[in-house]
Amino acid sequence: MVAVRDIDQDFGRDDVLADIRRIAESVPDPELVVVNVGDLGIIRDLRHDDGGAVEIDVTPTYSACPATLAIELAIETAVAAAGHDVRVRRVLAPAWTTDWITPAGRAKLKQAGIAPPLPRDDGTGDHDYFARPQVACPRCDSLDTTELSAFGATACKAQHRCLSCHEPFDYFKCL
Amino acid sequence: MAGRDDPARDPARDLARDPARDLTCDLDGDIADDLADDLLALLLRIGDDHLILGHRLSEWCGHAPMLEEDLALPNMALDLIGTARMCYGYAAEIEGGGRSEDDYAFLRDGTDFRHMLMVERPNGDFAHTMLRQFLFAAWMHPLWDGLTGASDARLADHAGKAVKEMAYHVRHSGEWVIRLGDGTAESARRMRAALDDLGPYIGEMFESDETSARLVVAGLLPDPATVRAAFDSTVARTFTMAQLPPLEIGAGISGGRAGRHGEVLGHLLAEMQFLQRAYPGQTW
Repeated sequence: MVAVRDIDQDFGRDDVLADIRRIAESVPDPELVVVNVGDLGIIRDLRHDDGGAVEIDVTPTYSACPATLAIELAIETAVAAAGHDVRVRRVLAPAWTTDWITPAGRAKLKQAGIAPPLPRDDGTGDHDYFARPQVACPRCDSLDTTELSAFGATACKAQHRCLSCHEPFDYFKCL
Repeated sequence: MAGRDDPARDPARDLARDPARDLTCDLDGDIADDLADDLLALLLRIGDDHLILGHRLSEWCGHAPMLEEDLALPNMALDLIGTARMCYGYAAEIEGGGRSEDDYAFLRDGTDFRHMLMVERPNGDFAHTMLRQFLFAAWMHPLWDGLTGASDARLADHAGKAVKEMAYHVRHSGEWVIRLGDGTAESARRMRAALDDLGPYIGEMFESDETSARLVVAGLLPDPATVRAAFDSTVARTFTMAQLPPLEIGAGISGGRAGRHGEVLGHLLAEMQFLQRAYPGQTW
């Protein structure tokens, strides 16, 4: 009987964790508000700790991304507001990669005029000078685009320009 | 359970893998004292290299020759300062004296800094800044790559992120070395002048001392020969494309790792540390 009761409790706790994950994942990115932290794939795990609190593992995108602390606080605030005792734990390994951005997140980025990151194995090595991935224009889908600036308004973006529709656009750098 | 004296057990790794610890908790004293001292020294060397170079790059903000580089230089500075923050935060925990990462950056005097002299050199012109950035990144990239297998989990975890960011720096600064070195007569002249000026400071990257030798043995630094080979290969390929002469590292100027710095560091610190010195304890 004891064992059955424990299993019931575990199921209950799993439901709670699933709820908390939904709440945490719905927190918007403070600099890219069209996507939430679930879309970015930066919530790596969550669990009950020994004291009954919930511990959420969050990984930063760039090592000095100014949004990191804001995201952690926003997750804690959102989950605490739902009545849970919560603690965010910053984890660095495995290192975040843009490959973890979800298909839904990629669609939202494109909708907002930001070209989503290409897969890591885009054929251009890290040290291939002057080689650039072929980034599709988020507005007209043309592949006839060029890089304007290797760095952009946030650590995660570069600036490109479409040579077909002539619009400039942000490219979410592959990391 | 492996005992404390079991050579197979690495106290630093045990500690860093402890699921109960987070970024703010104190070390519990279990780490071997000598290993802790060496790890602390390493964190200050890497942290100070990144902080001082990051500050130099930030001086370009608003002054770069084009808007794209006004974005690039502070963006690279941000990556470097991210690494400095990790190093200082970890160093503070190892020291256990209640210091914060800001205390390391803003309340140490020049002789307490352990960066190599190249990173404190004044920016010079754009060619000078880009060549220095390239040399630093070409060295730091294989160093981070090696550190992804470091015996200290926290350092290894950070290396996994930094190695990807540093690869982007190699590409960006390397392309500028090529553009300018193989550009106009004036840009080529400036790139060669930058190489002449920075030449004496390159050797300090590869200097070893008792501390670095122990760090290699402890698995806290990669094999220096491996790092040097990767650096040489990146530099040779890039300099060839840039029409620059092959790099020869001869006798040079050093002393930064022992806290012997140039007068220029005093000027840099006077600006960087002004606010915390004049108005102690200010926070965001």
